[in-house]
Amino acid sequence: MTQAIITSVAGPVIRARREGGFSLGEAVHVGEAGLLGEVVRLSGDEITAQIYEDTTGLAPGDSVEGSGLPLSVRLGPHLLGNIYDGLLRPLAAEDVAQRYHLRPLVEPGESVRAGEALAEVEGPAKAQVLLVPPDISEAKLDHIETGEATLDDVVARLTLPDGTSREIALAHDWPVRRPRPVARRLPPDEMMVTGQRILDSLFPIARGGRAAIPGGFGTGKTVLQETLAKWCDADVIVYVGCGERGNEMAEVLHEFPELEDPRTGRPLMERTVIVANTSNMPVAAREASIYTGVTVGEYFRDQGFNVTLMADSTSRWAEALREVSGRLGELPSESGYPAYLSSRMSEFYERAASVETLGGTRGSLTVIGAVSPPAGDFSEPVTSHTKRYVRTFWGLDRGRAQARFYPAIHPLQSYSEDAGGLVDWWTAHGNPNWRTQRSRILDLLEAQAGLERMARIVGKDAMPPTQQLTLLCAGLVDDAFLRQSAFSPTDRTCPPDKQTEMLGALMRFFDLAEAAVARGMKVEAIAGARFYRRLARMGEEIADGDPTRFAALVEEMETELAGLGREVSDAV
Amino acid sequence: MRFELGAGGAVTAIEGPLVFLRRVVKAGLGEAVEVEGGDGRARLGRIVALDEEGIVVELLESTAGLGIDDVTVRFRGEPMTMALGPGLLGRVFDGVGRARDGGPPVPEMVRRRVDTGTINPATRGLPKDFIETGVSSIDILNSLVRGQKLPIFSAGGLPHDRLAAGIAQTARLRGEDEAGFAVVFAGIGVSHDSAESFRAAMEQSGALEHTAMFLNLASEPSAQRLLTPRYALTAAEYLAFDEGRHVLVILTDMTNYCEALREVSASHGEIPSRKGYPGYMYSDLATIFERAGWIKGRAGTLTQLPILTMPADDISHPIPDLTGYITEGQVVLDRALEHRGIYPPVNVLPSLSRLMDQGIGEGYTHPDHPALAQQLFAAYARAARVRVLSSVVGRDGLTETDRLYLDFGDRFEAEFVNQGAMRGFDESFALGWEILAMLPPGELARLSDAQIEAHIAPVLARAEAEAGDG
Repeated sequence: MTQAIITSVAGPVIRARREGGFSLGEAVHVGEAGLLGEVVRLSGDEITAQIYEDTTGLAPGDSVEGSGLPLSVRLGPHLLGNIYDGLLRPLAAEDVAQRYHLRPLVEPGESVRAGEALAEVEGPAKAQVLLVPPDISEAKLDHIETGEATLDDVVARLTLPDGTSREIALAHDWPVRRPRPVARRLPPDEMMVTGQRILDSLFPIARGGRAAIPGGFGTGKTVLQETLAKWCDADVIVYVGCGERGNEMAEVLHEFPELEDPRTGRPLMERTVIVANTSNMPVAAREASIYTGVTVGEYFRDQGFNVTLMADSTSRWAEALREVSGRLGELPSESGYPAYLSSRMSEFYERAASVETLGGTRGSLTVIGAVSPPAGDFSEPVTSHTKRYVRTFWGLDRGRAQARFYPAIHPLQSYSEDAGGLVDWWTAHGNPNWRTQRSRILDLLEAQAGLERMARIVGKDAMPPTQQLTLLCAGLVDDAFLRQSAFSPTDRTCPPDKQTEMLGALMRFFDLAEAAVARGMKVEAIAGARFYRRLARMGEEIADGDPTRFAALVEEMETELAGLGREVSDAV
Repeated sequence: MRFELGAGGAVTAIEGPLVFLRRVVKAGLGEAVEVEGGDGRARLGRIVALDEEGIVVELLESTAGLGIDDVTVRFRGEPMTMALGPGLLGRVFDGVGRARDGGPPVPEMVRRRVDTGTINPATRGLPKDFIETGVSSIDILNSLVRGQKLPIFSAGGLPHDRLAAGIAQTARLRGEDEAGFAVVFAGIGVSHDSAESFRAAMEQSGALEHTAMFLNLASEPSAQRLLTPRYALTAAEYLAFDEGRHVLVILTDMTNYCEALREVSASHGEIPSRKGYPGYMYSDLATIFERAGWIKGRAGTLTQLPILTMPADDISHPIPDLTGYITEGQVVLDRALEHRGIYPPVNVLPSLSRLMDQGIGEGYTHPDHPALAQQLFAAYARAARVRVLSSVVGRDGLTETDRLYLDFGDRFEAEFVNQGAMRGFDESFALGWEILAMLPPGELARLSDAQIEAHIAPVLARAEAEAGDG
């Protein structure tokens, strides 16, 4: 082991005189307590390291020990259902004697290659597979265990082409800053169903996609992240709480075990890994937690799972970069952030992808990052750099949040580059008209913004009936479709077929109401009609997969609108 | 006491609150020291930077009167600590935990670091017990729960002190007795009269024996302000997690804390971030606010009610902005409401309680409480938009429905937000429905038919009966 002696301490950064070789990115243990750190700079005899734990009490003269290895985390089947700190050390007591059941998928004597599944592993959470490590291109399987094993037991032995042998355990280490290899990347043409109408129907994200949720404080970033973690149709959720509140982590830990995954009927916690570096934990570990999370995500992706990573919030990560950079005395760039902020962000977001794994199966890692812009200003560096690397942008709006209109996503500021590639997906899932319906709604909302500016000058009363109707329709889209109650058991998640029914009902309403107004019917009469209230509350009132009630609603609407229209024309 | 450096030789420079020493002893980062000058007065400080040659000590008291040649430095060999034991309540301490009421020091049962380690999120319990504050705009719309940190965003001249004192006097769980309740008041750079008025308010209500006060007055050194909330919270943690009390901590004024942080950071020569505040202000504030909560298996809870005054009434200023990102919501006071004579002048739209949903509804307050709150927010937000519209086109340019919203907004402020005496939850709850009933039922899209039937219909029926009688 190489050693060094500390010469100075400043917050989370130490400098030390080395005796022996250190490499950049190497993990080090510092002081009597063996605090974990990472070498960030080498210069002559001096090394600089950032420390991932509280440095109180460290003093010049204390020793630094090199590990010879890059900063790594331990991956294995134990991760699901548990909570870890930013470097994947367990925060809750871990059962080290936990046994997993192994069912081999390959016979001894067969040849195997990187990423191939060796065995199915069953434990307390969902079934997983044990893979051939990515760095072994080809080998022969000598031996594989059947039955029970703990994490560190050797369960298989491989012979490499050069004759050396390699032991495989259930858990293994992987450097957090090195992306895990894949066979090839696939186009983003499959939708990740979030169960949120404003997302799936207007601003969808594909599996393997990248999305950002920027919003000032109190606009509902965390609630939206948690809603997605609960109801999106991923196999595995990696939830990274980066510099956020401890009580939020408590909330996830408290709620997820009690909620049921609607697709499997199992507790949601069983598909979830939490990486928690709360705002009061050491700042350097906050910087690492994002990489830890994405490495865990890739590990599950390689097993053929669809993984979604929630990072809340990437701004705190960027601030951690800034703080450490300041302590290193680097030249600051925009708003004090280091000049490499943008390249670090692109490295992180580029690890999201839909892929063919080395083992030949399909897996995906979708990344959703929350951004906390100071004063809610989207032109600040973190938000503007993020915009360059994500394909889907869900901008949160303070006005909507203040009216408790959730999700408070602003439809005119948000966009999705994935939408174009998902038309076929929607067609295959029962809605061939999705593209036209989507653009009709976006047009309507655009028109609403223009008309509301006009109403401020002339007054709503003075506007022609067709314009009043446009405002009514847009208001209905807001209330009935874009708003979704997280507290209503029927409305908290909305499957694609229900979204299709709701879109259909809205389109029918637009057409009928337009015809009725053309016949001379009053807009206020439409708003006062009985079916209008039913339409505005259809998300909460009509349960999933009940097309007959949608049909009944549309029928009621047709009769009433036709009836009302006739009365008017009779009177004329 | 580990080491003592004799007078002379050790000190190389004194600059503002910083004392530079030659590194002749082994001492660690964050260690507490005492520096005694020729005047024989010991001044408290801590080590803020270390390298091979030197040690930088930051003094929490005035460095005036210190000379390079006649200084004695004592190293305590441990970070800043506080002695804790029974008898904290009813006492008044200074900003660094020394008795300032002339009484004896607190008997020492345990000694704790004032900047404690972090609460492991896996051991946190989920805050969910509704606290009745007696303020309608908080109880119904921005409910406070035990273990929450809910700051009051105020501004100069607004009655935040009165509101905080009022909440401290009435805040209880519904139907619970007062035993095991405690208030810790940390005055950070406050004026003497605002500390005194809080003390008087608590005395009047007989709650003074449940209160511990930590005062760093405006005239005292600003570096001490960085420690005042930490001493207060260390005491509060002892009261909550060792003695099992439900502790409400009032920290006022956090703006003074942040100003002190900027001042000290500048004296260290650190690279400033927004408006000259240090880049780590978010992390630093988090180490204070994240000390709220409750821990599984412990009887007590720690709830924080920090108060900050927004510089120039600007909510996007770094102090309220960073605070809002850490705390679990905020209660925003508004000058325009204050001018209209509304007390408490709570602007409910930008106010928020993130933990509200966990503490209200079935089994906590009333099953229809969430729907009432949602509908009041939606209607009041619409009323605010209509108000803007009517200021341009006039009341006559509005539609019939919009005029109803305008009246709703006025009545909501004058009768619901505005209150003389404290109100119980049930009273506030009934008042909310009564005001909502002004709007046509067709507008109430956030309520189910059953809720309209149960709460709105009786109000309308009563109004009709009264009209009939008249």
